[in-house]
Amino acid sequence: MISYPMRRAGQLVLLALIFVCQIHLQAQFSGAASSGSAFSIPHAQLMQPEELNALLRARGVQKPFVLQVGSRVLFAQAHIPGAEFAGPGSQPAGLQLLQDKVARLPHKTLIVLYCGCCPWSRCPNVGPAYKLLLDLGFSNVKVLYIADNFGTNWVDKGFSVEQNR
Amino acid sequence: MNRRAPEFARKDLAGKSVDLKNFRGKVVLLNFWATWCAPCQLEMPAFAAWQRQYGPDGLQVIGISMDDDATPVVGLVAKLKLNYPVLMGDANLGRQYGGVLGLPLTYLIDRDGVVRARFQGETDLKTIERRLQTILAQP
Repeated sequence: MISYPMRRAGQLVLLALIFVCQIHLQAQFSGAASSGSAFSIPHAQLMQPEELNALLRARGVQKPFVLQVGSRVLFAQAHIPGAEFAGPGSQPAGLQLLQDKVARLPHKTLIVLYCGCCPWSRCPNVGPAYKLLLDLGFSNVKVLYIADNFGTNWVDKGFSVEQNR
Repeated sequence: MNRRAPEFARKDLAGKSVDLKNFRGKVVLLNFWATWCAPCQLEMPAFAAWQRQYGPDGLQVIGISMDDDATPVVGLVAKLKLNYPVLMGDANLGRQYGGVLGLPLTYLIDRDGVVRARFQGETDLKTIERRLQTILAQP
């Protein structure tokens, strides 16, 4: 026969184990919304490809500073006209390059980040790059929402590209 | 699609020459990937398994990394124990294949060197495997 205090202690241990397991599972599966994920970027800060394309083509408006935060190989094949390569946001060297690129910019500059290496839900680059710019004090940062990849969501739509810059 | 696959010849990570035209008579699964591409890393163990399973039927998998630097590629290839050649890609090779502007990207090239299938982005592996089996079944 198990005494009441022992049974009670056993229940508490079980509850503690369940709690620890829940925390562990949440940590494993909430990666999609962690600070490094594209999902960490507020919806209001996203820009659709059509919107950016129209902005780049419009006359008499301030153009955004467009930065590609993906791989150099992808950038060299095709990138948004006027965009600069700022290094993959998932890597320390990339974040350093991004920091260097924006070092002299006023904090109110409209900056548009994009990657397009992978589907949005899998992009490792835009989340950290966006966070870095916020941490540096930039207040007008948008991120191009590329649902699938740069080829499908920009090039295949007939929007202009440049190569080899 | 249904055109001759663009030729390329370069050394793999082990320093061995890989020339696409030397694989005529085999079905080539050409996979563009990168170490930072999460969906790519889900596919590659399956491709290694297919290399074992379908290699005797004439399959040759070739991986092309679109990473900027080979260092992380070497590490991941060893970690995943890939049993097929992996080469470093670049913008020129990407352009030859119509622009590798999103990963993963996989081509199936038949025994005559003609591109028969293209899978862009996260694709159900069963879909790729069924198409592969069809192409392998052709003389």
